[in-house]
Parts: sequence; structure tokens; C-alpha cells
Amino acid sequence: MSENIRTVKNATCTFCGCLCDDMELTVDLDEHRITKAKNACVLGRAWYAEHVIEDRPAAMIDGKEVDFDEAVEEAAQVLVNAKFPIIYGLSDTTSEAQREAVAIADYIHGTIDTTTSVCHGPTGMAFQGVGESTMSLGEVKNRADMVIFWGGNPAVSHPRLFTRYAVTTKGMFIPNGKKDRTIVLVDVRKTASDPVANIQIKVKPGKDFELLWALRALVKGKSIDPSIEKITGVSLATLEDLVDRMKKCNYGVIFFGMGLTMTRGRHFNSGALMALGTDLNEFTHFVVKPARGHGNVTGADNVVSWQTGYPFGVNFNLGYPRFNPGEFTTVDTLSNRDADAAMFIASDPASNFPKPAIEHMKRIPVISLDPKQTITSSLAHVAFTTATYGINTTGTVYRMDDVPITLRKAYDSPFPSDEEILTAIKKRVRELMLSKYGTSGVRGEAKVASLTPL
Amino acid sequence: MSSAMRIVNGKVYDPINKIDGETRDICIEDGRIVESIPDDASRIDAQGMVIMPGAVDIHCHIAGQKVNSGRKLMPEDHKRDPHPGTPYTRSGSGGILPSTFATGYRYATLGYTTAMEAAIPPLSSRHALEELDDTPVIDKGFYVLLGNNIFLQKLLKEGRHEEFRQAVAWWMNAAKAYTPKLVNPGGDEPWKGKRNTNVSDIDEKSNGISPRQIIEAFINAVTAMGFPTPPHIHCNNLGHSGNYLTTLETMRTAGDQRAHIAHIQFNSYGGEIGKNPSSKAAEIVEYINQHPNITCDVGQVMFGKAAIMTADAPLAYVLRGISKNKWVNADTECESGCGIVPFTYQEHVYTHTMQWAIGLELFLLSEDPWRVILSTDHPNGGSFMNYPKLVRLLMDKSFRREEIARVNQKAIAKTALNDLEREYTLNEIAIITRAGPARALGLRNKGHLGPGADADITIYDEMENKEMMFNAPRYVIKSGVPIISNHEFKNDHSGRLLHIAPEYDQKIEETIKPFFEDYYSIEFDNYPVNDSYLHDHEVISTGPLSS
Repeated sequence: MSENIRTVKNATCTFCGCLCDDMELTVDLDEHRITKAKNACVLGRAWYAEHVIEDRPAAMIDGKEVDFDEAVEEAAQVLVNAKFPIIYGLSDTTSEAQREAVAIADYIHGTIDTTTSVCHGPTGMAFQGVGESTMSLGEVKNRADMVIFWGGNPAVSHPRLFTRYAVTTKGMFIPNGKKDRTIVLVDVRKTASDPVANIQIKVKPGKDFELLWALRALVKGKSIDPSIEKITGVSLATLEDLVDRMKKCNYGVIFFGMGLTMTRGRHFNSGALMALGTDLNEFTHFVVKPARGHGNVTGADNVVSWQTGYPFGVNFNLGYPRFNPGEFTTVDTLSNRDADAAMFIASDPASNFPKPAIEHMKRIPVISLDPKQTITSSLAHVAFTTATYGINTTGTVYRMDDVPITLRKAYDSPFPSDEEILTAIKKRVRELMLSKYGTSGVRGEAKVASLTPL
Repeated sequence: MSSAMRIVNGKVYDPINKIDGETRDICIEDGRIVESIPDDASRIDAQGMVIMPGAVDIHCHIAGQKVNSGRKLMPEDHKRDPHPGTPYTRSGSGGILPSTFATGYRYATLGYTTAMEAAIPPLSSRHALEELDDTPVIDKGFYVLLGNNIFLQKLLKEGRHEEFRQAVAWWMNAAKAYTPKLVNPGGDEPWKGKRNTNVSDIDEKSNGISPRQIIEAFINAVTAMGFPTPPHIHCNNLGHSGNYLTTLETMRTAGDQRAHIAHIQFNSYGGEIGKNPSSKAAEIVEYINQHPNITCDVGQVMFGKAAIMTADAPLAYVLRGISKNKWVNADTECESGCGIVPFTYQEHVYTHTMQWAIGLELFLLSEDPWRVILSTDHPNGGSFMNYPKLVRLLMDKSFRREEIARVNQKAIAKTALNDLEREYTLNEIAIITRAGPARALGLRNKGHLGPGADADITIYDEMENKEMMFNAPRYVIKSGVPIISNHEFKNDHSGRLLHIAPEYDQKIEETIKPFFEDYYSIEFDNYPVNDSYLHDHEVISTGPLSS
């Protein structure tokens, strides 16, 4: 350890959607390392400890080092000359960078999609149908005397959700912390989160919807046949007890995870859970919250929504945004071989997408922006090495409850941020589009004329 | 583009400078109106046209978490109304809750160059600032929700008024806001903490404090600190029959100090709670006419699509019960509630017609257009895109009669609308859409065309049909930049943020911080918004002298 040490207080850990902003980072400025992250959970400690400035070129074309401007030019040419360019990722970068990415998609009449389409996308779709009653995490801390976790394992995925926001923490009307709360865990198996719960409910795999619908019926005062136990694995008595507790609590909350959104039923499951939360407001105050994973996936939803009107899976081919998950979501644009160029930002789809999608990535020019070497960056035609958000850059991130937080930089990176790279690409894309189509607006007019009258 | 420009031959309506339709040259240089410029500067020939200052929307919901939730909630509405880009402008989605870019451009296409977002919880002010930065052309600012702030209420309950004032000033700086907004003050705690109930009277105490105490304290503090505009108040009992008494009491609470009552139409109802409303527009207007300290915006209801979008969460829940539509509730710790419900106002429905008629009565009975300002409380009473039609309803009584014939006659019979012959003049329209809101907001460089004013200018073709006229200005100039020329976008412009930065004693932070550490979920040091979110901005001055 060198003598050149700096401490950064109230830094924000961007590892998961909790975005805990109480990190106290000890930074070794000579070694370019964070040597200690006080207050961090096990995931946060690993996130900081593993972060090093890699000895890589800042920009590469086909694996060969090039200067930054050359890479920007090539990336812009690829995007402008493609017929169906897609941009994807965005959940691990700042909203400032996300805003630039949507602008590029708009200018090139391309497609923009985020990792939401492979995690809580179904929740976004369910939200469009039923809405939700929800809250900021401080309300849970201050008021929630009943906390239900459904289809998630926060002890592993969001370790500080329990201690900082939802279970053991004390709040304004919850002076004794966990003692003042009833904690319920609904899952298909035993998980590391079990010990926190007062009540554990094991539902049969793939039967979440049936269980949620039965609860809705009970809340509405309808009778449910005892055979519900055979279907869902949960006895009617257990359900009745749960409904009774939900109605009687002062402030109830349900957190839910991908056990609900990425299993049979998907958006029906999320929709049923949100509707249950809404129904309960006839009796008491009740809220729900998807426990979002990536650090700024909530920001991605917000930015894409405020710029286009839709949260993910947005296509600009006609010169204005259209939303169609299943068509414009990235697994689909790749697997269906629609995309003829792709830009991946702060995401490694080549490591976790279905095989046909990865196969197609290898056929088309790929641009990648990532702090690390990844499978995606290795197959990229143009690869940028970036500064890591929240460690080497400032910027804005949105917590899972939509609370925006400004990042504090721990130390400088030799690499540019996503925002800087995307701003440079945007500027060049704009110039190329204007020289290609001029300012006559001809391209735009042709598209408008093809619109069906409203 | 040269920075100097002369607009010639147009009829100028500039009520602040007492110009009522005279033909005058307007000279622009470096984004401002000036006395004169060299003769060889570029010209716009406005022969046959009407020149007005750019319009100012004093109350709308266009940015932030609440609006964005509404956008996410209503894809079906965007799909019907795409907003294509142009070589100069970004694309987006329209509908009742347009995307940020579409919002800015659509305001511009109506001749609006300034708009104030009316309800942002301080905890999410960064979000609002990011969206406003993505809202092009117009200048903008926001009102920050402080009326249900638990810490501020604690200070009031303990009688710590000086610290309360310091804390309000601190919060304005922390959020980069324009003025405090009070929404259903005192109503959050029963909603969140007492099984979705509400306060029902201005003197009813909830958690040890009444709405009147909160309203009074804010009016006193803001007056003492000389904010450019008083607190904007969304009164208690909004939307409920019989609420005009609450509204009158709210206005009386101000004494002779300034207060702005937001979307007052929604608070001008007679009748018994739970039953059909009657019109108390005359009683409300009577009070306003006689009390020059009060300003209001009307919050006119327009038939068709709307979205209920409010920090008054209990109200949204009541409306959800009526419409059975999808519903969003969003609680913000220690600060605010929020409710969203898609809504449609229908001509045949008694209550909707009554609301529509009450709004028009308020306009037509008002004796001082400077203080009864045009708004639809977008999107609550309908989209801001309805403004041209609303202008025609006010200016054209034969059109008004045709429209009255199409609505619920039982409701109309219980209002004075059929007897009101008044027609607004162009000068009065310029007051209720420009000069009035600019003056109420304390924006000295807006709402007029005198030397020193911002060169925000709208030029309309003069037409008999005022809806058509106000729907499509031929030119819109923002800060001296011709954004729209001959009805086409020819430039883009980012617009600037309008906010205040009142002085405060830094010691107040030591008072706020312990509360924060106990009850907020983010760190105190991460709460105030830093200057990186300001971009192009203007600090409007505060202090006893500026009021």
C-alpha cells in the first residue's frame, strides 16, 4: 500500500439496485485500487476489491489498438450504414450516458433496448396494464409493519435490503426494527433468506399466479376451495391467515423478484401481484416493489421512458418510437436475424443470451463499451474500454425505487466514460446523417406520409 | 444566424407595456428585446399578423418521477399519437403525457416559451432536472413539494418558526426549485399512516398540526424571504363537493399577503360531499376580485382524454374508485404522496360538464385577468394542447354557445354560463397567457416585449377562428433564435432552468441532519442537488426588496 491514500465518504455502490450511498472508500491513488469499502455488503466489497484499471487499449478495431477518434469514426459509420442497428445494455452506466444512447438510436432510426427486457421487462408490461401502489425505500424503513418477499432471495442478491431498508432497520413508526414487523417469504425452495422470515410459504414451482389469484379472491371476500393446496402446495388456512395479516397491518409491502417475472406466467405473475397490492388498499395502506438487480437499470427504464414514452424494446425505424417487446427486444432482434449492426453498452450479452442470438452477434459488426474485457468485447468489431461508473466517473443513477443519486468519483481512470464516448459517437452520427439526408426533412416526410390516419 | 433581427408591420399585444394592437417594430439583439438595431439587420415582415410575448404556463405537470410513471402507464395513449423527428428536432411520443422532447416542441408549436412543472418532491428533484434538461425550446422551473414535509411540520409543531424559515430556504437551494408547493397540506399522514384516510377540514389536526397552520407558516416565511412568487397552494378537499368553503378559508388564511391558488376550478364546488357538485364560481371569483393579494390559475377541464396526476394521493384513490381504471400510488418518504389515474372527461356526464362550466364561469366573471390565469392543470383537466380551443371558448361567444349545446344540459342549467355574454379580447388573452403568469411568477423579463425582456416572441396569422390562430403560430422565437419559421422547425434550443437561491444560515443543516440520518434512506450529504444539473440556468432574485 502506498502513502497516497484518499478517503471518499458517502460514495454509492452501484453493484445492485439498492445503490447504498453510505460507502466509505479508502482509495490507494498510486495503486489505483480501493483497499477498503466500509459499510459495503459482501457483494459490494467484491465489486470494489476486484476493480482495477486494466492494461488494455482504450479503443480497438478488430482487436488492434487504434486511436479514439478512429474508433468513434468507425462506430458512427457502422451505425449510420446499417439498416437495422440495435443498441442494448445500459443498466450499468449513468443516466447521462443512457440519454446519449437513446439520442443515437433516434438519429439513426435504430432500436434501443436495455437489460430490463431480460429481467423485469414483464413487470414493466404488467405495470402498463394494472399500475401499482409503490413507495420509496425510506417508507418501508419508517412504516412497514408487514414485509413480504416473493420470488427473490435478497440475502444473496440484495444483502443490505434487510439491514438498511426493510427488515432490521428502525424507522419513525417502527422503533424496534424487526420486532415491529411481520416478515413473510414466498418461494419455491429453501433459500438463504429464510431465516429472516416469521412466516415461510413454499409454493409449487410455476404456481405463483394461482396462489396470487387465490389471495386476491380471499381479499375480496370470495371463498376458495381447499383444493388450492393441491394446486399450489399452500393450505387454505395458511392463505387465510396471510390475508388476515395483510388486511390488519398498518403499512404492508411486497418485494418481488425474477422468481416471479422469469418463470411460467411472467407478466401475468407480476400483474397479479401488483393487483393484489392495489386491492389491499381498500383495507389498509399497501405497496409493492420489484427488487431491481443492476445498479442503474431503473435509470435505464426512466430515461428510455422519458425520451420515447416506452420503457424498453423501442424501435425508431419509422422516425418515431414504437414499442413491441418480442419484436424489438434484443434477444429477438438478434435471434430473428433482424439486426445488422449492434452496439452493446455496459453489458455482456454474449455471455448469457440464447445461442441463436449469440450466433447472430458473430455475423454482424458489433460495437462494445465495457470497462473489462468480456466475451462480447472480444467478438466486437469496435471495442472501447471505459471508465467504471461510480468508481471512476460521477453521474446520476436511479435506485430501484426511482430515487436518483449522484455518484462520487473515487479516482481517475485513463479511459473515457460511456457518456464521453457516446457523446462523441452521437456528434459524428448526427453529422453523417445530415450529410446523407440533408436538412430538407425528406426522410422524415416520407415516413410521416406513410402513417395511417389516426 | 445573425443575432439581430427586426419584426415589422405586425400588430403588437404587450399588456405590461400597455400596447394593445398597435403596429410597432420589435427589435432583437443577443437574445433580448432592444430599443433599436441597425437598419440592415434581418427582418420578419409580420403584415397581417399578431405579435405577442411567448406564453407562460404557470401550472403544468411535465417532468419528474410522477409524470414519467404516467408515461410508462399509458403506452396505448402514445401509440395513437407519434411525434416524428425532423432534421432539427428529436422524435418522441405524444398523447396526454408526451415524452420530454415532444413536450417542449409541442409547447413551442402553441407559442409557449416558458412552463413551470408544479409538483416535485425534493427527494426526486434530480430526476425532474434531468427531464427538464431534455425538454427543449422552453424555459422551465419547478415547484417543490413541502406541504407534507414531516421535518418542517415538526419545526412548526415545536414553534420553531425562524428555523422553519431557514429550512425552507435550505430546501429551495437543495432542490434548485422555484417556490414551495403545498398539496393537500397535512393530508399525507392519514393517507400513509392511517389506512388511506384524509383530512377533511382546514382546521382538522392530523399528527398534531392542521392544514391552516402549515399554509399560514409557508405564506409568512415566503413573504418574509421575498420569493418571486408566493407558495402555490393545492387546497384541501380538492375535487369534493362543498369544497369552496375550504378554498375561501385558505385564501383568508393569507390575510393580505400574497398567495397563489392552483387550479382553483377544482376547488370551487358547492353541494354536499359525496353528492353532485354545484357551482360556487361566483363566490370564489367575488373573493378574488376583492383581494388583489390573491392570484390563481383556473385548471379548466376540457372534454376528452386527461390524466389525474397529483401529489394528492387520497384524491387519486377516490377517482380510481369511480373510473375503475389502472392506478398508481407512489409514496415518497417524509415528503409526499402521489396518485395517477388515466381519465376521460365526457360531455354527457353531469359532474364533468359542471367542472367545465365552473372553469368558464371563473374566467368570464373575473374582473382582473392579471390574477385569473389560463391553465388546464395539464394533464389533470386535459392536455395543454387544448389551450387554443380554450382561448376560442373565451373569445367567441357563438362558438361557446355551440359547445354549451353539446354538453349535459341539467348541469348547465345550474350554472350562470348561458347568461355570460363576455368575450375576451386579444389583449386579455395576452394577459391570461403571458403578462399575468409572468407577473404572478415574478419573472420580470418574461411576458412582455419591452427593452430588456427575453426575446421570446410568438407571431400568429390573424384569423377569425381563434382556435386555428392560436394552434399554429407562423413564427416562434425563443431567446432570439427563430425556432419555428413559416410553421416549420428551423432550429433547436435547449431552454434554461429558472430557480431561486435564497440565502440561509448554514447552521440549519445541523438541525436537519439528525432527522435525516434517522428517517431518510439516502445520506444527508447526497441529498442536495449540485450545480452539474443546472446547465443553462437563471437565478431569479429573492429578498425583501424583490417582492
